[in-house]
Amino acid sequence: MAEKDIRLMKGNEVIAHAAVRCGCDGYFGYPITPQSEVMETLMELRPWETTGMVVLQAESEISSINMVYGGAATGKKVMTSSSSPGVSLMSEGLSYIAACELPCLVVNCQRGGPGLGTIQPSQGDYFQACKGGGHGDYHLIVLAPSSVQEMHDFVGLGFDLAFKYSTPSMILADGAIGQMMEKVVLAPQQPRRTDEQIAEECSSWAACGKGKRKQRNVCTSLNLQPEPMEELNNRLQRKYRQIEEAEPRWEEFMCDDAEYVLVAFGSSARICSATVEMAREQGLKLGLLRPITLWPFPKRVISEKAERGVKGFMSVELNVGQMVEDVALAVNGRADVWHYGRTGGVMFTPEDVLTELKRRIVK
Amino acid sequence: MKETIIIAGFGGQGVLSMGKILAYSGVMQDYEVTWMPSYGPEMRGGTANVTVIVSDRKISSPIADQFDTAIILNQQSMDKFESKVKPGGVLIYDTNGITRLPSRDDIEIYEIDAAAECARTGQAKMFNTMILGGFLKVKPVVQMEYVMQGLKKSLPERAWKTLPQNEEAILHGAEIIRRVK
Repeated sequence: MAEKDIRLMKGNEVIAHAAVRCGCDGYFGYPITPQSEVMETLMELRPWETTGMVVLQAESEISSINMVYGGAATGKKVMTSSSSPGVSLMSEGLSYIAACELPCLVVNCQRGGPGLGTIQPSQGDYFQACKGGGHGDYHLIVLAPSSVQEMHDFVGLGFDLAFKYSTPSMILADGAIGQMMEKVVLAPQQPRRTDEQIAEECSSWAACGKGKRKQRNVCTSLNLQPEPMEELNNRLQRKYRQIEEAEPRWEEFMCDDAEYVLVAFGSSARICSATVEMAREQGLKLGLLRPITLWPFPKRVISEKAERGVKGFMSVELNVGQMVEDVALAVNGRADVWHYGRTGGVMFTPEDVLTELKRRIVK
Repeated sequence: MKETIIIAGFGGQGVLSMGKILAYSGVMQDYEVTWMPSYGPEMRGGTANVTVIVSDRKISSPIADQFDTAIILNQQSMDKFESKVKPGGVLIYDTNGITRLPSRDDIEIYEIDAAAECARTGQAKMFNTMILGGFLKVKPVVQMEYVMQGLKKSLPERAWKTLPQNEEAILHGAEIIRRVK
């Protein structure tokens, strides 16, 4: 077996390496802190000279997402990345892509908002990523990496899920995961699909030439007739129920005998795992549930824990309380549900989380 | 083994790259590592810091509030981080740029004249590796052979010609660091 390719890299750098290695066809982006290293690394890697992958700096985020829209419509594996304000600009395009049922990958390395906000880490875009952002009844599949290795792994996973369900995927990271360096094992290089492979695999929907088909494929989200538009909505919803059934992913840490459970994703989950270690040393039966997919949200496992008798859940997020709403829906009144968060790019420490939890328990 | 280190100073002193060399050295010795930089207003306003954790098992939080070791390269960072060293921990500072000496009695304090030494030999770029050598003398968390490998991995190929000088600086840093408290 070949030796493992172990490197020390930033989360953002690894997104670029993983994209090239999974056979991505095109990246379209516009720089913004704290994710600019994604395109910077791609420009250094020059994949157009090796795999033939296109890397293009567009004139804005609106252009980037619409280039992704066009590329995705032809069946290509295309992606973009940005940070919070840039993703807001992309929201219209994401709604169109979801409505056209096209696969693509969008990386949001979140910074503090609202507005132009700050360049420091935040998780203030949970609502935007999971509940819409753009208009209409659509969902993105949302993956929340909590390590540099997961930043790498979720590029491939994000594309796989996007193509499996013909729907856009998002990696919802934050400035901390993007800027942090950790050890990472890089995947071996996969070839890009040939045009023939794409024509075969995506023949039912991609606008990649008529070939032997009788009809041209048309990718559009416009439907002036109400009935067919309702049918599109029904089809989308059937697909979303299927995803909710099959794709929730999560990780549990010391939950088996836990009386209290922290629910946290991404960088917050890393901090909370240290909180759990500290609490256990003090004899407090605390566990951590880390949603890996934020949509579909792992509501069943939380519901089961509430049923089993967990006394309280504290949703720990770098925002003023967004995921906590989904935790509360899953718990459905069977246990206490609290939120703890900081905003503006301020990060909590493991000690801060434990102090807040104890304050809640005593109440 | 788990060592949590903060390295703090001005942008341009090689704070982030010193942390990267240390982290890469840990990777070469098959340790788990995290490297968490300041990338915000501090960096844009001049001061920079990085938290490096080297551990023989999985690292939970990459964010820390208390440090086993603080490597301090300017007064602002001394003011900010002296109180954040764990009792019994280590504080290392370069004498250049420090106007108010640390006052704590419950930690080990070391001094290194790396800036002056680099000025004397005209090798300003060896400043950070000299400090790193001093740190490794006090806290040999990574073996020297892996440090040399980590150094090579951290530097771009065009800078490999400076490897012998950097290695020398690491060894020299270990010689000139001295305990003051």
